[in-house]
Amino acid sequence: MTGELSTRTTPSVFPALEALLPRVAKPVQYVGGELNAQRADDATWDAVAVRWALLYPDAYEVGLPNQGVQILYEVLNERADALAERAYAVWPDLEALMREHAVPAFTVDGHRPLGAFDVVGVSFATELGYTNLLTALDLAGIPLHAVDRDERHPVVVGGGHAAFNPEPIADFIDVAVLGDGEEVVGDITDVVAAWKAEGRSGGRGELLVRLAATPGCYVPSLYRVSYGVDGAIAEVAPTTPRVPRTVQKRTTVDLDTWPYPKKPLVPMAETVHERASVEIFRGCTRGCRFCQAGMITRPVRERSLQGIGEMVDTAVRASGFDEVGLLSLSSADHSEIAQITKGLADRYHGTNVALSLPSTRVDAFNIDLANEISRNGRRSGLTFAPEGGSERIRRVINKMVSEDDLIRTVSEAFAQGWRQVKLYFMCGLPTEEDDDVVQIAGMAHRVIQAGRAASGRNDVRCTISIGGFVPKPHTPFQWAAQAHPDVIDARLRKLREAVNANRKVGRNVGMRYHEGQPSLVEGLLARGDRRVGAVVERVWREGGRFDGWSEHFSYGRWVAACAAELEPQGVSLEWFTTRERGRDEVLPWDHLDSGLERDWLWDDWQDALDGREQDDCRWTPCFDCGVCPSMGTDIEVGPSGTTLLPITPINTGPRPHADAGDG
Amino acid sequence: MARVKPGEAANPAPPTVQRIRVRFAKRGRLRFLSHRDVARSVERAVRRAAIPVAHSHGFSPHPRLSWIGAAPTGSASEAEYLEIGLTRPLDPAALASALDAALPDGLDVLAAVVAAGPPLADLIDASEWRIELRGLQPGELRRAVAALEAADSVVVERVTPSGRRQIDVRKALVRTEVHHRPEGPGEPPPTGPASSSRVEATVCAIMTAVVRQTTPAVRPDDVLGALDVVAGLTPPVPAKATRMAQGLLDDRGRLADPLGPGRVTNRV
Repeated sequence: MTGELSTRTTPSVFPALEALLPRVAKPVQYVGGELNAQRADDATWDAVAVRWALLYPDAYEVGLPNQGVQILYEVLNERADALAERAYAVWPDLEALMREHAVPAFTVDGHRPLGAFDVVGVSFATELGYTNLLTALDLAGIPLHAVDRDERHPVVVGGGHAAFNPEPIADFIDVAVLGDGEEVVGDITDVVAAWKAEGRSGGRGELLVRLAATPGCYVPSLYRVSYGVDGAIAEVAPTTPRVPRTVQKRTTVDLDTWPYPKKPLVPMAETVHERASVEIFRGCTRGCRFCQAGMITRPVRERSLQGIGEMVDTAVRASGFDEVGLLSLSSADHSEIAQITKGLADRYHGTNVALSLPSTRVDAFNIDLANEISRNGRRSGLTFAPEGGSERIRRVINKMVSEDDLIRTVSEAFAQGWRQVKLYFMCGLPTEEDDDVVQIAGMAHRVIQAGRAASGRNDVRCTISIGGFVPKPHTPFQWAAQAHPDVIDARLRKLREAVNANRKVGRNVGMRYHEGQPSLVEGLLARGDRRVGAVVERVWREGGRFDGWSEHFSYGRWVAACAAELEPQGVSLEWFTTRERGRDEVLPWDHLDSGLERDWLWDDWQDALDGREQDDCRWTPCFDCGVCPSMGTDIEVGPSGTTLLPITPINTGPRPHADAGDG
Repeated sequence: MARVKPGEAANPAPPTVQRIRVRFAKRGRLRFLSHRDVARSVERAVRRAAIPVAHSHGFSPHPRLSWIGAAPTGSASEAEYLEIGLTRPLDPAALASALDAALPDGLDVLAAVVAAGPPLADLIDASEWRIELRGLQPGELRRAVAALEAADSVVVERVTPSGRRQIDVRKALVRTEVHHRPEGPGEPPPTGPASSSRVEATVCAIMTAVVRQTTPAVRPDDVLGALDVVAGLTPPVPAKATRMAQGLLDDRGRLADPLGPGRVTNRV
């Protein structure tokens, strides 16, 4: 589509795109120009050695706030020898017009064609973005299959949590990066720059071998997968001695030395998160057995109190956002969280800057935190995630919250003036029976009763939000059978009946849930092997786009594509999803090392089946999950010995009219 | 325990002591901003510039920014208006430069005055649009415009969120004019795969249209729709529209600048 690529200045496709924009929905998402966006001029474009396009394969409104993209965008643009521009998935209305008018996939910063970059980095927060990857490659004129690419084409690098099993997209990407991206993007830049400086010696093949020798980088084409008669993988073996047998993830140890993003992107369009975000720690050792993020991001690494204070200040000043989210996998677990919230609440008292703690556990301590961070006036709702409806299932998933704890916590919250509680649950967990789900109703009813008693009002609300459980690689549940959508849908119907059985209480309970079918496809893509690539491609060719969006998702299309592509090979959608795996089966991601010992994961899986809990190694002795010794890392938690430094007040705006002398 | 009223108890909003009216432009690629996008951007710029904007009271305080009839998504403007409530008096010029510096390029502050006299809404009853039609011969446009002017009523239909609306473009039309410009200042002709092959870049017809404010407002697209209805005019590439002025119509069809009552800003 783009034809011969010039290494010289690449013209912007904006004039051609501009003529199409009046004909599409929300054109603002394609024009770029956000505050703190970086747009290289032609001289920079020509001068730098390595040009990255960072693609988030979902809609702009979802992708723009993504922290991973914003971090790498800044880190790369700070290098003298590199530049980075952003790209997002285009909606089908624009895709059709781009095909009709031969406009290639573009970045929103310079509107340069994706095919003109040296590296296209793709961030996969979820597997449901795979079909959008194919749209972007195709619109860019980049061959879909890595094997068909040559020196003229960008290197396609996949990252993000889904990259911990990239096998279903192994045909389409050149490299998968495991783990934290801050440092590895620099290493990749060095390798590409050196290869280009040597006149691309050895061609694309040599570049890929060099990348495969870079820690954290997995090049699927340099590993051969063979299958046994039972359909399972027999072996995954390197095709050359120059690449490692297993690939270890990358870990950024000292977050304080990577205070990114420093200048959050401020969109003009509406996006899913309208706030600045500061990551207060990375990793989690709570040990929730369903949680891939908690498993693959170990160990816990905290940002210091001082580091957080500086980042919040920088972000507020640079963005003008009126909300700062203190992000992590479980924000109340930061060892200095009380000082952080009190210090920041003091700092922004009387301004209109609000704080939020998006992920918190259920305990009374969190009500104090919530009160502190809501001092500036917003006390809309509190969210907790018990995840399981029964005590038994919560032991299975290692989410140790007792119902009495929850009731005590919400009573306190309602007494303090909160009016709404949101509770998150999962359905389809291993060993789950109908009753485990139906008990969610009883919990919600008790929340309403406790809320009425504590607040003296009838209008308290409880919303229960239920998602289908998807077993993920590198978790103790990686061997588990996924529940069939029919089972999930039936349990949710029973839950709804149980909620409504007591109208006097049930009318104050809202229920939100996701249908089971998209979860099954997510499960296929999460635990699939290379044979699933053909399914992804067929679904895409038949029109599959934006599979994370219910209005675009077609279950029938996925089922039909699985039948066509998998069953001739003796496997099936069910084989990949609802089948329990045995201990000795070679899993598609076994050669990708997240640091977790396979034996520890198996033992934890057996403990789950027996309903045995596992403590958190931050407060109890190490239980040998394997991450720290194999990665040469350690937990990095406080006290940091630092303080939240006072800052100059931010309300020093334009000089007043009458009393200009008071400075 | 006493009932908590967070917005009021914790954060009593200081009163508004001054209002400043701002004229700003929406230019270039930022013309694709919707009104809500513009409002969002200005709210954040106000905060970044640390302008002491007043806030509404209550549970979820909002900055006191009042908007007047926004240019539609896709249309540029040299004449958008906004009134900002302040908690302490400011020099309008200082506010204008601070706000302009904090806004993204393409949202540009052009003027600011302390609010006085009638409400801003009472100072605007018409808009002047400049509609640029690339690839169209001026003569062709002139014929279509003449047909539109000759009609008593030309109704177009627009699909709005609240359903289909019939809009009489002719009734709202005060004045029209057709110019042609082989190659004007400003943006270069489009290049690239989509347009270069089919459009003669040098041909461009330009139309000025003064339309009275109606409900719903007649937009540039409606004017083009009316030209299609009366003369079958269909531009080969999407038109570019820019609002050049808003204000009160005088009896000669000129617009009085709402920031300076009596001052005429758009001599054509």
